[in-house]
Amino acid sequence: MFRTRRTTTSLAAALASALLLAGCSGGDDGSGDGGGSTEPVTPEQFEEAMSTPTELTFWTWVPDIQNQVDLFEQEYPEIDVEVVNAGQGLDQYTALRTALRAGEGAPDVVQIEYQYIPSFLLDDNLLDLSPHQGVADLQDQYPEWVWEQVSRGDAVYGIPQDTGPMGMLYRDDLFAQAGIAPPATWDEFAQAARTYREVNPDRYITDFPPNQAGQMIGFMWANGAVPFRYDGEETVTIDLGTEEVTEVVRYWQDLVQQDLVGVDPDFTDQWYQALSNGTYASWLTAAWGPVFLQGTAENTSGLWRAAQLPQWQAGGQSTGNWGGSTDAVIAGTDNPIAAAELARWINVEPEPAMRLATEQFLFPPSQEILEDPAFLDAAPEFYGGQQVNRVFAEASEQVNTDFGWLPFMDYVYSTYEDTMGPAIAERGDMLAALAQWESQLESYAEEQGFTVE
Amino acid sequence: MRTQRRTPVPAGAAAGAPRRRGTSPARRRQHRAAYLLVAPFMLVFAAMLVVPLGYAAYLSLFREQLIGGTSFVGLDNYVRALTDSAFLEGVGRVALFLVVQVPIMLGAALLFALLLDSGLLYLERFVRLAIFLPYAVPSVVATLMWGYLYGPDFGPFAQIAEALSLPTPRFLSSDWMLGSIMNVLTWEFVGYNMIIMFAALRAVPADLYEAARVDGAGEARIAWSVKIPAIRGALLLTAIFSVIGSFQLFNEPQLLSILAPSVIDSAYTPNLYAYNLAFTNQNINYSAAVAFLLALVIAVVSYVVQLSSQRRERNS
Repeated sequence: MFRTRRTTTSLAAALASALLLAGCSGGDDGSGDGGGSTEPVTPEQFEEAMSTPTELTFWTWVPDIQNQVDLFEQEYPEIDVEVVNAGQGLDQYTALRTALRAGEGAPDVVQIEYQYIPSFLLDDNLLDLSPHQGVADLQDQYPEWVWEQVSRGDAVYGIPQDTGPMGMLYRDDLFAQAGIAPPATWDEFAQAARTYREVNPDRYITDFPPNQAGQMIGFMWANGAVPFRYDGEETVTIDLGTEEVTEVVRYWQDLVQQDLVGVDPDFTDQWYQALSNGTYASWLTAAWGPVFLQGTAENTSGLWRAAQLPQWQAGGQSTGNWGGSTDAVIAGTDNPIAAAELARWINVEPEPAMRLATEQFLFPPSQEILEDPAFLDAAPEFYGGQQVNRVFAEASEQVNTDFGWLPFMDYVYSTYEDTMGPAIAERGDMLAALAQWESQLESYAEEQGFTVE
Repeated sequence: MRTQRRTPVPAGAAAGAPRRRGTSPARRRQHRAAYLLVAPFMLVFAAMLVVPLGYAAYLSLFREQLIGGTSFVGLDNYVRALTDSAFLEGVGRVALFLVVQVPIMLGAALLFALLLDSGLLYLERFVRLAIFLPYAVPSVVATLMWGYLYGPDFGPFAQIAEALSLPTPRFLSSDWMLGSIMNVLTWEFVGYNMIIMFAALRAVPADLYEAARVDGAGEARIAWSVKIPAIRGALLLTAIFSVIGSFQLFNEPQLLSILAPSVIDSAYTPNLYAYNLAFTNQNINYSAAVAFLLALVIAVVSYVVQLSSQRRERNS
């Protein structure tokens, strides 16, 4: 039903999806993990819940999300949603964990990035959304890799809000000056880095930030590595010794040690300056990068272009994801039906979802918007009129499907900074640091009672 | 600054007074009234300080795992901390910080206080305010400001160096970082310590100076032999505050770690380590043990500082 335009009333939509759902899940006794029934919510239950005066709390750091919430409240006048910005990323998760632990003060609906979903599955803190209206049949609406990130078997733990398939932004003028073409493979990229450095001795083709585990993990993902896994119970897999991982680390180690790339930490003033004054001629980033860069390097408008991430094999079509969020429902909510509908509605219904993409510039996960000319045809002047969304929409199809996380990503990132960070910053032995990182992760996992494979 | 500050009484001075135990009914009634009057304070003190401390101590005896729940482990967390190189390196780093930065900061504060007290300076009020002003800047703002000044490309120092074609000072590199943090702390707290010392100097009876002058002492000699001994209590106070402040170093490294994440790791100072253990590693129990051990270290060092100053007093 997702491909069809929105049917007349919400009741009709609810009925239709309930029928579909009932059809799909016939005979499925549900691999129920944790609490929460996997019995589909009936249209009557849904109708009753949505017409009962209800208050929901929604934690998110998306700017202007109130616009989408207002639309939701128009649709369901009985539901009153309070939007709370409880901090961004880690700050919010810390607040959320504290609230969950205290047993009160947790929101009903909460923004969670893909890589943090496993950590909130630990104590069954997230509601399985699959029995709820219109959720189970969302699967075909997203690229496979996105669904893989939010689901576990039949269970669904978050509604995708935005994603970050990786690509490359580069300064067309600086590349042309140095006589290099946008590199299609990593070999070409390394060659271009050398050429660029010969032409511009004080500049680099790009920065390889020592603090940015997200980018590095994205590079691993692009190379088909699966360094982490969590089975949802007690077993984690930590494997940073595979060829797919070491190939990436060795590649960057070569560039770093030969002084062919910069090693400034990213998202600092220093780094913003470097992007706008041409110290770095490219940024290997994700789909949220183009809009971010426009705000950061305004003075270079018209000079940037977007391209796919360099490939390991010529003609390859493979990338990773870096960033993006979901909206999830906390298992302890008193109003699971209304909460699930809020998470679904603002991210799935055409109007709010399209506005997320075109007003808040969140890169859309949904195929429908990724194929919508209204989204694809945007030709920002900052990129010389290039249809940048098309580049990243294409990248979204090339993200490797299989990728997992550990249920303690905060620790994964902080130990990355402690081990890999200094090795990169001092242009030292990154492979030794990689081994150190892995062993710290393993001993932490064991100490926390996980079985490590 | 107008108000007259009393020189803090050196600890131990009061302990020497003989204690009389009153048993008369009037005396007892007086005691009851006294307890009633301090009750509000004691309640707040207990609720906000004693109970959280006790809870932290209780937490430090357990181990909670993400898988497997909570179990009582006795002093295991403490034993682990004592062999934890990350913790010990952090303690070593702040100890080095203490040994280098505190004498510089207190020396400068004392020098300024003596100069201001001597009345030899022009624009005395202005100078006093100017030195004190950095303390009025919140430490977060001060660190952000210094972080900008330290910037390796566009920071003013870097640009001056470039203009003079000198090598760029690398304030945020691993070799310089501790010194850079010392500089921020010194800038922030010289004025604060100076004010304490200056207030103490103002409380010294002027006849002491007159007597010294009659004996033929110059300004320098008066400063050394009369003023400094007279404000020993204030000096001890600033020294102990500085010891505590050094061991609890947190804001500055935490903020500078954004600029130099690979230099300032998650265990750069013991407090930073305790924070990261609790909130990044979700290891609240171990974090509580680390925090308690740190408090113990601070108590011991403060006691040593106090003891050595008393011994010096007795010897003089």
